[in-house]
Amino acid sequence: MALELLRDTAIPKTAAVYPLQWRSRVYAIVGLVSLLGVVIAATLAIGSTHIPLATLGNILLAKLPFIGVESTWASSMETIIFDIRLPRLLLAGLVGASLAVAGATYQGLFRNPLADPYLIGVAQGAALGAVTGFLLPASWQAASIPLLAFAGALLAVAVVYSIARVGKTLPMTTLILAGVALGAFLAAITSYLMIASGDKLHGIISWLLGTFSLTSWWQVTMVIPYISLGIVVIWLHARPLNVMQLDEEQAQQLGINVERVKLILLGAATLITAAAVCFCGIIGFVGIIIPHAVRLIWGPDHRFLLPLSTLAGASFLILADTVARTMLAPTEIPVGVITAFLGAPFFLYLLRQKKRAIF
Amino acid sequence: MFNLRLDEVSLGYGKRTVLHNISLEARPGEMLGIIGPNGSGKSTLIRGITRLISPSSGQIFLDGQNIASMSHSDLARLVAVVPQNPVLPGLFTAFEVVLMGRTPHLGFLKYEGKRDLAIVQRAMEATQTAAFAERRIGELSGGERQRLTIARALAQEPKIILLDEPTAHLDINYQIETLDIARQLCLEQKLIVVATLHDLNLAAQYCDRLVMLCDGKIHCHGVPAAVINTQTVKEVYGAEVYVYPHPINGLPATLIASRKDTSKPNARAM
Repeated sequence: MALELLRDTAIPKTAAVYPLQWRSRVYAIVGLVSLLGVVIAATLAIGSTHIPLATLGNILLAKLPFIGVESTWASSMETIIFDIRLPRLLLAGLVGASLAVAGATYQGLFRNPLADPYLIGVAQGAALGAVTGFLLPASWQAASIPLLAFAGALLAVAVVYSIARVGKTLPMTTLILAGVALGAFLAAITSYLMIASGDKLHGIISWLLGTFSLTSWWQVTMVIPYISLGIVVIWLHARPLNVMQLDEEQAQQLGINVERVKLILLGAATLITAAAVCFCGIIGFVGIIIPHAVRLIWGPDHRFLLPLSTLAGASFLILADTVARTMLAPTEIPVGVITAFLGAPFFLYLLRQKKRAIF
Repeated sequence: MFNLRLDEVSLGYGKRTVLHNISLEARPGEMLGIIGPNGSGKSTLIRGITRLISPSSGQIFLDGQNIASMSHSDLARLVAVVPQNPVLPGLFTAFEVVLMGRTPHLGFLKYEGKRDLAIVQRAMEATQTAAFAERRIGELSGGERQRLTIARALAQEPKIILLDEPTAHLDINYQIETLDIARQLCLEQKLIVVATLHDLNLAAQYCDRLVMLCDGKIHCHGVPAAVINTQTVKEVYGAEVYVYPHPINGLPATLIASRKDTSKPNARAM
């Protein structure tokens, strides 16, 4: 359309409404960032040793340079905060963010509301890797379980990908079917190994349900590079992902290099999912419920859906893990039990509230 | 002058060739109709021009440049498609879907500016879709969605619009409305419009030139009166029809004549 036609036109009505939608979503991002801050502070304070919020504030302030705060607290409190609770909540936050973003990405890529991060074999690959690790001598387990889980997840998706690929294209239906079939095959092997594992069964089952009970700093520093890289790459592809909500032909006719975007997004989502599950096991439900909840409240635009899911997923899993470690303390409940127990009713409530189409 | 040129193009899927050695040319301000029976390769032609499939031989040129050497977004800035039965995401608003038409004009990390929003608004006014800009796609009728994809094509600011069976699922009023819009855009903005059409009457009424495909080859081409007649329709479609000049404008009008005995005394009496 010729530019001259546009010059004297004021921004028309609908175009003026559009920035307003943006404003509410920016408020949402600010709101969720604050929520995450509150959740982190509360989680640091809550536990078998209760730490008053004022003390917590002072301990955190004392860590900052140039601020002199006189130490009036037991040094054990510092240990609890910095060596036990902080790494654990950071890992929970990273994992929650990864699973939620990966879920949103898969749902967008497959244009299927049932897609979750484990759809194309990540979980089954990771589980087989981890169970193999459990069967190794005890002294090797700490290192081998996460490594084998990570490798198993990536390998499973790589096999699914290479099976489903036709020439230069990747038909998504074939990808799902190949993922489901290979997943069943790997799950069969995993089940067999579990039966044969004897007294290690308890450890395996609690890994499979997901837990953060043994988190320390080295695990956080191991996964941070993969997860932050993967999430940033996915965020950057939000607009192509929007356009791909049309079918692939239309997306390509609108100038999107569809095959390349699919490959990048599948790779990034698989990477962050593998990094998320390798230390803490297969935590269900976050990847499916958080993106849907965000979509129900703030709409389907991936430029907001992805960052909002990241923030909501992090807050949600930190909260769930706090419940998991405090509800029956000193016994830990697997966090996967809590995510479903807390998340499902909230999600069903949202579904009832908004009766329009959800995807 | 900008033009679209196909030079001895063969297109197909895998080993199966659907179109053989097609050569044609279209110029701005011209509406070109592609007609032919089911399976004659009409949609394949459109898929070839948008590079969803690559020619097994021959070349396609836009303004003298071979499309095989263009990037996806370069091509999308020149060619927009109004697909047959498009999948549209139900939760997005009509405005957001038309805004997707701006995709090829935006850089990787660039957000839509005021100019993009104004172009979208113009496109929606031109297609009479602005009234439901805020509604979600899932709530719209088939005719509204069809017009919305035309608006999206316009928002691409293309030089060529390809319409793939634009009237296939529309009632007669929307058929006329859709093609009126296409024709008007073609003339006012000097676009090249290429439409595949099943309906020979619509093709004759709206297109400046027609190409009749048969078994993947061009059976005949030219102005409607030269392409559509009782003889060619029988040869290409195998259908018994009677073609006569339209009483108002003299363009060829096609009447069906069933092979069965359709003498219905009651109907005739009315």
